[in-house]
Amino acid sequence: MSGGGLHPAHSFTEEARENLRNRQLRANLGFATKTIREKRLRVTQELPDWEDLRLQGAAIKDEALASLSENLLQLEARVQAAGGQVHWARDAAEAREIVTALIQKHGAKEVVKVKSITTDEIELNKGLEEHGIHAIETDLAELICQLAGDAPSHILVPAIHKNRTEIRDLFRDKLGADLPTDDPAKLADAARTYLRQKFMSAKVAISGANFAIAETGTVCVFESEGNGRMCLTLPEVLITVMGIEKVLPHWEDMAVFLRLLPRSSTAERMNPYNSFWTGVHPGDGPKEFHLVLLDNGRTNVLASPVGRQTLRCIRCSACLNVCPVYERTGGHSYGSVYPGPIGAILTPQLLGMRDQNANTLPYASSLCGACVEVCPVRIDIPEVLIHLRGETSKSWFERMAMRFVARAMSSPGRFLRAVKLARFGQKFFVRKGVIRKAPGLGGWTASRDLPALPQQSFREWWKESRGRES
Amino acid sequence: MGLLVATIDLFITCLNDALFPRTGVAMVTLFERLGHVVRFNAAQTCCGQMHLNSGYREEALPLIRRFVDTFSGAEVVVAPSASCVAMVREMYVKAAEEAGDNALAARATELAGKTFELSEFLVGQLAIVDVGAYFPHRVTYHPTCHSLRLLKVAEAPLQLLRNVKGLELVDLKVADQCCGFGGTFSVKNPETSTAMMVDKIGNIEDTGAEFCVAADNSCLMHLGGGFSRKGSPIKTIHLAEILASTETS
Amino acid sequence: MDAKAEILARIAASNGRAELAAAARPKTPAPRMVPRPTIGSVQAQFVRYAAEYKALVRVVKGAEVQSAVRDALSGEKRVAVTSDLPQELLPHEARLVVDHPALANDELDRADAVLTLCAVAIAETGTVVLDGGIGQGRRALTLIPDHHICIVREDQIVDSVNEAVVWLRASVEAGRPLTFISGPSATSDIELVRIEGVHGPRRLDIIVVESQ
Repeated sequence: MSGGGLHPAHSFTEEARENLRNRQLRANLGFATKTIREKRLRVTQELPDWEDLRLQGAAIKDEALASLSENLLQLEARVQAAGGQVHWARDAAEAREIVTALIQKHGAKEVVKVKSITTDEIELNKGLEEHGIHAIETDLAELICQLAGDAPSHILVPAIHKNRTEIRDLFRDKLGADLPTDDPAKLADAARTYLRQKFMSAKVAISGANFAIAETGTVCVFESEGNGRMCLTLPEVLITVMGIEKVLPHWEDMAVFLRLLPRSSTAERMNPYNSFWTGVHPGDGPKEFHLVLLDNGRTNVLASPVGRQTLRCIRCSACLNVCPVYERTGGHSYGSVYPGPIGAILTPQLLGMRDQNANTLPYASSLCGACVEVCPVRIDIPEVLIHLRGETSKSWFERMAMRFVARAMSSPGRFLRAVKLARFGQKFFVRKGVIRKAPGLGGWTASRDLPALPQQSFREWWKESRGRES
Repeated sequence: MGLLVATIDLFITCLNDALFPRTGVAMVTLFERLGHVVRFNAAQTCCGQMHLNSGYREEALPLIRRFVDTFSGAEVVVAPSASCVAMVREMYVKAAEEAGDNALAARATELAGKTFELSEFLVGQLAIVDVGAYFPHRVTYHPTCHSLRLLKVAEAPLQLLRNVKGLELVDLKVADQCCGFGGTFSVKNPETSTAMMVDKIGNIEDTGAEFCVAADNSCLMHLGGGFSRKGSPIKTIHLAEILASTETS
Repeated sequence: MDAKAEILARIAASNGRAELAAAARPKTPAPRMVPRPTIGSVQAQFVRYAAEYKALVRVVKGAEVQSAVRDALSGEKRVAVTSDLPQELLPHEARLVVDHPALANDELDRADAVLTLCAVAIAETGTVVLDGGIGQGRRALTLIPDHHICIVREDQIVDSVNEAVVWLRASVEAGRPLTFISGPSATSDIELVRIEGVHGPRRLDIIVVESQ
């Protein structure tokens, strides 16, 4: 598990090995992902133009990225014209500084927060604590993770690794809640009571954003519980941290994403609440609005012709729910706030392909392609995975082995000689037609047998039976 | 009435050549039984899939060139491997373009148009669903990821299997989930690969089948290795071998 | 270089290099007007889908609205309203809590329910949209009370999300905040068991008023 943010503490392989042993996690995850998969299928099949929508979504995002500067400048101008303020942050540290300074200016020691993976990415909470500011997570799952001192393990259902009894115990311990039962409705009620008081009294709220429209300066948050509406409306000051890739050019683009996102994420026709606001509006909502535009490596991703499609991501988590690797290893194995297939391509690229642990993530995939089928903006994740594998550094041993094989394949003569050599070498290891153990093959043979090479390869059979080589 | 073809060039694949020659032999038997002339161009070695998918673009390029050189003159190229065919059809042109070799890209485009996986060739090109095969066993079919998602062979293997005399085809639960092989994934992330394998094997066992069939020996080698390790009587078999099998063989 | 200049410079550098790739991409396909399968009429679909979110939906004629509101209130007395909400919509026994001047949060918290109109409703998703227009009020009004009763005129129901977004452009250009509401608040965060009602109003009543 990482300490939050983007930097995995270990390689994917090491984390996965550990997490694969967690039966509870695998059971919860298996159930959760299967449930959402089936719901998603039903609710997307309902729209006869679903595939068209995906094409539109991909095209709008690509165009938005191609004219990103213009879009961000227009967004800034419109937000300012509507009484909001815009700040630019090159990296996580700068973003934290900006937010901290804004909160300090208002003398707040406690702030309320809507779930925002972007703020997790920049490790905002930790940064605020260092300045004596406590950020209360108000999404139920984020609250659970915060109280447990855990990192979220799924983009959409972050506390999926906890069962109801664990949550009850947590609420008893940390909230002093009187909970004789672990009935989910009672647990939610305890959270409501605790948080309602916070919403009403907080001076400053922090949110992320799902999208921002350049043309009108409008920012939006999609949510289910109502804590978003609370944070966006009641406190005097609203600070929104948003990745620069979230900007869309035109208001009408919203229609496409209003149809793509809820069906892909929570598998609903529409999530309970979508809030849209433009700057500040007298008499309705915060008196002060700050939009913090965050780069933090997004411009790295933008620079790669193959990799930049990663920035189309609208954080729906559909790819997580179909990934056979994620389903078994869980979010924590990816060591970053972005888990699953999207995490495997986003995390290393945001880090400029310079983080050794993050660079193991492109290999955390069997390239099965299940994610391609469900991504609402048609990111070809396997294409990017393979591209990134070409950008990572390899061990000397692996490079030599791959070159050796390539050389063996470089001519029929070498190929046949290699096969004959292997047939000879395997003699020591073959028992009853299979190899159960052999030096250098431990990765395979730990759990599987290897078939022995037959005494005659195909080309040798062909030559013998046809009397000629070709 | 399907495609009329004078000669079928067999692309056996390096894996089958060395480890599963019986699949190649089955291809020959099958096509000759159907009245076709087949050719094995011995200049072939490997399509380069392992290298390209593992991030060794530079090492893959010579293999790609060799493949394109070997098969450019063919009328059609048929392989008993969806993953290798997907490599040729989906990856070759991009790899050539990325290397800045437009001539190679053009030849690869042309070759992609005439390279097929076995089942899609039989059903889609030759318009045959009944190859006159006989295989009196209980069989379940695992749709490999490349055949399912990249080549989209979909129903073709099932249509062929349903027409095999004596064959009892049973449905596999959660069939479209990956078996866990994934090329070098199987050894770079062996624990995860094994976890996926265990679930797939469990689902196969639940069908009560004697054989598990698929269009790719790579997946079958992984699953077969798992069956063998646990001492299971279930056998893996390539689609070509079932289709080649007759009452007299 | 300040942050803004630096970020813009990085973007320019990236987009310059990736220009060719971007140029090769197909342009946005024009949205096709695909006839969607509506179950029955647009109104019927709205009603059905809104109800699926566990909103309580009633369809009435104009003259019946007041009694439908009484029904929805079922004994609740203190109803928060905007000053421009037509008062004839409310039953006589209701105690109006008018949000003008703006009520304090705890006053709103003491209201049993809030009654509003809406800006537009969407059949495709069973959604009502508030834009702060007539009878809708500021956002806190429909957020703090635990029970929201929303009146939707039949002619306010549009078929698709596309139409609603186009319709709402004027409000957005005027800088008005929007709230899309699809059912009462909910969470599925505990073992994926869906629990209705966390922070937003836990009860949502929708009254659809048919034109005569």
